Amino acid sequence: MKKLLNDPGDLVAESLRGLDRAHPELRVDHENRILYRADAPVAGKVGLLSGGGSGHEPAHGGFIGPGMLDAVCAGEVFTSPVPDQMAEATKNIDGGVGVLHLVWNYTGDVMNFDMAAELAAAETDTRVEAVVMNDDVAVEDSLFTAGRRGTGAAIAVEKIVGAAAEQGRNLTELADLARRVNENSRSMGMALTSCTVPAKGSPTFDLPDDEIEIGIGIHGEPGRRRVPLAPAHDIAQMLVDPVLADRDFTGGDGVLVFVNGMGATPMLELYLMYGEIAALLDKAGVVPARTLVGPYVTSLDMAGCSVSITKLDDEMIRLWDAPVATAGLRWGM
Amino acid sequence: MAGVDVETLQRWLRGFAASVAEQRDALTALDAAIGDADHGANMHRGMTAVTEAVTATPPADPTALLKQTATVLIRSVGGASGPLYGTLFLRMASATGGETVLEPATFAKALRAGLEGVISRGKAELGDKTMVDALAPALDALDASLAEGGSLATALHAASEAADAGRDATTPMIARKGRASYLGDRSAGHQDPGATSAALLVAAAAAAVSGDG
Repeated sequence: MKKLLNDPGDLVAESLRGLDRAHPELRVDHENRILYRADAPVAGKVGLLSGGGSGHEPAHGGFIGPGMLDAVCAGEVFTSPVPDQMAEATKNIDGGVGVLHLVWNYTGDVMNFDMAAELAAAETDTRVEAVVMNDDVAVEDSLFTAGRRGTGAAIAVEKIVGAAAEQGRNLTELADLARRVNENSRSMGMALTSCTVPAKGSPTFDLPDDEIEIGIGIHGEPGRRRVPLAPAHDIAQMLVDPVLADRDFTGGDGVLVFVNGMGATPMLELYLMYGEIAALLDKAGVVPARTLVGPYVTSLDMAGCSVSITKLDDEMIRLWDAPVATAGLRWGM
Repeated sequence: MAGVDVETLQRWLRGFAASVAEQRDALTALDAAIGDADHGANMHRGMTAVTEAVTATPPADPTALLKQTATVLIRSVGGASGPLYGTLFLRMASATGGETVLEPATFAKALRAGLEGVISRGKAELGDKTMVDALAPALDALDASLAEGGSLATALHAASEAADAGRDATTPMIARKGRASYLGDRSAGHQDPGATSAALLVAAAAAAVSGDG
């Protein structure tokens, strides 16, 4: 393993220390591993809390700031944060009108956020609602799985709901909006290589040079199937087909297309993939109204990409375009 | 031994912590095959914190020790294992009433309450390829042995054998809960890491009660 490290056990703490220095507009509680926007709690605004394991940077801390999240709890690498962190953060971002938990659908995250909501209810009078984000079509949504994973759609949910929260909408309206964006989103990812979890020191799975994994998640967990390495054109098809098969994205006000890098894939290749994906969408009559290309939800040093498509309406487009000032996304202010 | 006192429980927790430390890389390797390669590191972090807490603030009775263990695990582990193991110990604490020595039947009942907590928190059933597949047969064997008049040590050894068999039986299963479920059929052929750590927990209980822990 070759990584920029001191001790793997200190990686998350030391990275948070650097992030704190680099972004004075954030406030970092190092003991509890909670990142806040500096002016939290914002009076009269619903607080938005998300979080998850580390290793997905810029998710989740890169999306804190005006127009997006109020706080994020950071866990160990690929490990959900714990209920105490979430309960503490919930208390500190309540501007008097409640807190919305935006939870990525993974067994650990869901259980820990559940316990945190119970704790917060027992200890304070903060109103908490939770919305679970589950957009990954690689996982069959059935009683026989933990349900679809939360992947790229979270960026659309957090951005759009963040803008709506800034406008002063109430907790119930924001929870409904979060569910609506999530329900209108589907994602599919692939890996060219595994990632290496620093505490383990070797790749999570062996992937020969001439094979790729289709339907991967964002934790180095293997995908649904392994296929021979193919040209980007064919890989784009393998990602777009299952997404379009799962929901009708034609018509209306168009879609948000988000091509995400898994951490080790250069922008040069991601834009090539966007071109392939856009051509396939043209053929299917799906109109990209907004686009986002880049490594926003990474899986450490995995090479590969995912595509997320969100069906937009006029309101969602306005909220997507609204000003945002975070380390990961910044426009309009 | 007639029952389980706070020293025996401490031996259990220290023994479990030592097994987890020894099997840390093996647990992580099992998790790498069908999960996300962190089970060994997470359980090791949690059980190290548990033994440190026992040394720093030794609880007076079994109930307090079980409760402290639950709180430390929920606070330090994260992932799915934190809430699941934390809930197990929390429900065990609730099933005891501050006695200084737990009768074998009380200890068995507390373990049963712990398992029910795990099932309600994780919504897993027998055969889903989870820690339940080691714990449920273990507690059935424990109850059966105690009902036949066996000593707690004998009953826990029977439980440990059943847990190991349950753990081994997870290998051909297709996972229906947790991250391994994302693999579908590809999860078959791999031993479940959660069932593996749960079998270590039962083995440590048998060793602690026999006095060879």
